[in-house]
Amino acid sequence: MNKPLRRVAIFCGLLVLALLLRDNWLQYVRADELNSHQKNRRVTIERYANERGNIIVDGKPITGSVDSKDPYYRFKRTYTDGPMWAPVTGYASQAYDASQIEKIEDGILTGNDDRLFFDRTLAMFTGEKKTGGNVVTTLNGAAQKAAFKGLGDKKGAVAAIDPKTGRILALASTPSYDPSSFAGYSGKDEKAWVALENDPDKPKLNRALREIYPPGSVFKVVTAAAALEHGQVTDINAATDTPEPYNIPLSRVPMKNHAQGCKNASLNKALEVSCNSVFAKLGDEVGREKMVETAEKFGFNAEQFVPIRAVASVYDKKMDRGGNAQSSIGQFNTATTPLQMAMVAAAVANDGKLMKPYMIDKLESPKLDVVKTTEPEEMSRPMSQKNAQLVQQMMENVVSNGTGGKADVDRPGVKVGGKTGTAQHGVGNKKRPYAWFISYAKTDSGSPVAVAVIVEDSAGTARDDISGGGLAAPIARDVMEAVLDSGK
Amino acid sequence: MSVVTNTTTIGAIELPSRRNTELLLLGFAVVIPVFAYLNVGLAIDGKVPPGMLGYGLGLGLLAGVAHLVVRKFAKYADPLLLPLATLLNGLGLVLIWRLDQSPRIIARYKTFSPDAPNQLMYSAIGVALFLLVLMFLKDHRVLQRFTYISMMVAIVLLLLPLVPGLGADVFGAKIWIRIGPFSIQPGEFAKIVIAVFFSGYLMVKRDALALASRRFLGLYLPRGRDLGPILTIWAVSLLILVFENDLGTSLLFFGMFVIMLYVATERTSWIVMGLLMAVGGAVVVGSFATHVQSRVAAWLDPFECLKTAPERSNMAAACDQMTQVLMSFGSGGVLGTGLGQGNSDLIGFAANSDFIFATVGEELGLTGVMAFLLMYGLIIERGIRTSLAARDPFGKLLAMGLSGAFALQIFVVAGGVMGLIPLTGMTMPFLAYGGSSVIANWALIAILIRISDTARRPAPAPAPSPDAEMTQVVRP
Repeated sequence: MNKPLRRVAIFCGLLVLALLLRDNWLQYVRADELNSHQKNRRVTIERYANERGNIIVDGKPITGSVDSKDPYYRFKRTYTDGPMWAPVTGYASQAYDASQIEKIEDGILTGNDDRLFFDRTLAMFTGEKKTGGNVVTTLNGAAQKAAFKGLGDKKGAVAAIDPKTGRILALASTPSYDPSSFAGYSGKDEKAWVALENDPDKPKLNRALREIYPPGSVFKVVTAAAALEHGQVTDINAATDTPEPYNIPLSRVPMKNHAQGCKNASLNKALEVSCNSVFAKLGDEVGREKMVETAEKFGFNAEQFVPIRAVASVYDKKMDRGGNAQSSIGQFNTATTPLQMAMVAAAVANDGKLMKPYMIDKLESPKLDVVKTTEPEEMSRPMSQKNAQLVQQMMENVVSNGTGGKADVDRPGVKVGGKTGTAQHGVGNKKRPYAWFISYAKTDSGSPVAVAVIVEDSAGTARDDISGGGLAAPIARDVMEAVLDSGK
Repeated sequence: MSVVTNTTTIGAIELPSRRNTELLLLGFAVVIPVFAYLNVGLAIDGKVPPGMLGYGLGLGLLAGVAHLVVRKFAKYADPLLLPLATLLNGLGLVLIWRLDQSPRIIARYKTFSPDAPNQLMYSAIGVALFLLVLMFLKDHRVLQRFTYISMMVAIVLLLLPLVPGLGADVFGAKIWIRIGPFSIQPGEFAKIVIAVFFSGYLMVKRDALALASRRFLGLYLPRGRDLGPILTIWAVSLLILVFENDLGTSLLFFGMFVIMLYVATERTSWIVMGLLMAVGGAVVVGSFATHVQSRVAAWLDPFECLKTAPERSNMAAACDQMTQVLMSFGSGGVLGTGLGQGNSDLIGFAANSDFIFATVGEELGLTGVMAFLLMYGLIIERGIRTSLAARDPFGKLLAMGLSGAFALQIFVVAGGVMGLIPLTGMTMPFLAYGGSSVIANWALIAILIRISDTARRPAPAPAPSPDAEMTQVVRP
């Protein structure tokens, strides 16, 4: 009987071998795939297993973590002033994953990032509980508050940048949501989430970064910069050769002017009263290629990462002459995020040098050691210093003499430049227009803040009042004052 | 020049009994689980678990008594079997205790009672049975007398779960009976009893089964009347599969019978026939038993099946369970998360019994699982070695049957939880929570030890013959 016995022994050995091979397949080859599988709750469990690090503004945390004693997800995220900060923080939900800073810097916040390996190992030996690191933002609490309060219950967004460095100072979007309302995974959280998902006002949309609007007249700043930069205009006070009415190229449709005195108006005058004809004609003369070139130097046609992704603003690269002329006054296919317009204002304010916008100042380890600092970085130079200063002159003229009067801050030694915009949209421009305002404040030591404000359809406001100067400029002023007063 | 002056007698060199080797290994088998216990306590509470001393002493005491009894009653027994069983049982206790600490599992039950103390009690009963077998079964050949009684007992045990009022349906499989507060899995005991029956039966009939056959297509086909037993076993296996919904038990019994038949008759034709019958039966049953179908679906692609299975159906439950188990293994990776630090308690059902191997996978990683598989492999190897060394055909067959059944069980259970084959409702011997399993497997180890002792025991010295004495003495 020994011969078959030996064979059976080999057979049993093969059974064990098959198990060993299968286990290697499962735990070595497929380990990563299974470990990060979307059905695998371990990722989320790990995210909330330890006290999560905080997101910090002005040295104070705007987030928190409570020990919920839940056997699955132990710590739950809390937010101070959740709706105000939601466009910055995003959310960290036990049931619905995470977004924005909470998602991008999840590794630091949970303490699982490779850069925190040393801290983790040390904590293992000292027996301390693992905690997450902090994310220090560039935001300015006062400016954010001013922006959020200014928008109030209107739909809109505000983006404010420090032109010298590119630090984002305010990023507000309304209507907003409270990320605390669905931070857990209970039925209540689900209800809150579903309600937000189904809300026609889309409160979860980060309008400052993720929505593109027709810019209307605020885009004229870009056209002015392009005209100066490409030598189309050298003297801003010289009369231009602009007929009244001016017909859009390739069509017999006249370009309407809402303002008086646009015939042959100088560039300075045209920006002051916001002449469509002058800028449409200038954009046509500069030509599509060069308009695209300047717009792209300002950041159009590319996604921006701050490091949260902002969608690409659009300046059409393939349209015909008529489209280009209309685009030059911010109509046709032109569409932009509020952040993009803030970048335009910032480039002007910073004498033509556009700094890459960013909102994460530094990452800290649980022990508050700095893991990584973001250094200001030059993104491009859309115009020369000389031309930038000419545009500044014109924008400051808009505030002191033109449509942007309500943006003037009452601070000695501070000059304010701005541009209003009232963008029409909808079929036959039937929908209520968007009110835009972009501006910057400037002191002797350079510009501390550039801001873009958009207010969407405001029900209950008379249509004539919906102009950038009336609705958006006061918000921009409050934000600028907040930044100036915070002494930076 | 020296002259040999003394007289030298060349006697039989006494075989080493290997009892000291066993004692040394037992030391490891006790110390390793104690450290594992400490490890879990430190990982979960950050302090030395209060029960550690008691646990260590308890395990040490069980192992010590078992060792002394083996030393006394089975002096030449295989030195590896007892330490391996002790180590697996000890680690199993640690894993069950670890899952008892899980707040998720505690939260899942209205009244939660820890399983580890029960398992410790079952282990003690198991070791007691082990001792009783060694003390009272002085020679395994005694079992031969009970061949046909064994058959009756085995059939009764296997069919007990089908008795109304006695059998209990646990998650689809009817392999339990409930007596008062106790749940018993009779299949675990039947495994041993039926091995006794097969051995006794085949030892007697093997010549008939091997020789009286016709040659057909290069295979020796048995006579029709000799097909009776294999057909009966096949039918009983299918009955188990259909009525008790248990693929594992059914596969185990049929596989064991085919292996023993092959070993007894040395005829490959039995294996061919057995395989054909197994495949045929599986296909037929699989085509109409929904329970089997959902297990197969969960095996083929659990993640896909989770999407397509109707909600709250048995199939969805089976697939969800399988995905949880696979993710548990995957999350362990090569080195595992460390004892007490994994999330294998996400497996909603039977985490400490059917799926305890997933906890090994997650917390001890690929390394730990391979170590466990090799330990089981070693038990199988020692069992087959015992069978090879046994001097009598009954002992050979019995040892082979028991180790073959053990091997099949490991393959079916570990292969099932790792997704190699469809999942079945059996448990890892010694590791999983369950009294029947622990007690029956201790008895199985006891029988193997008894056979190995008989096999290795030196033959009694032949009676001294005065003539022989003279010729062997060299006188100067």
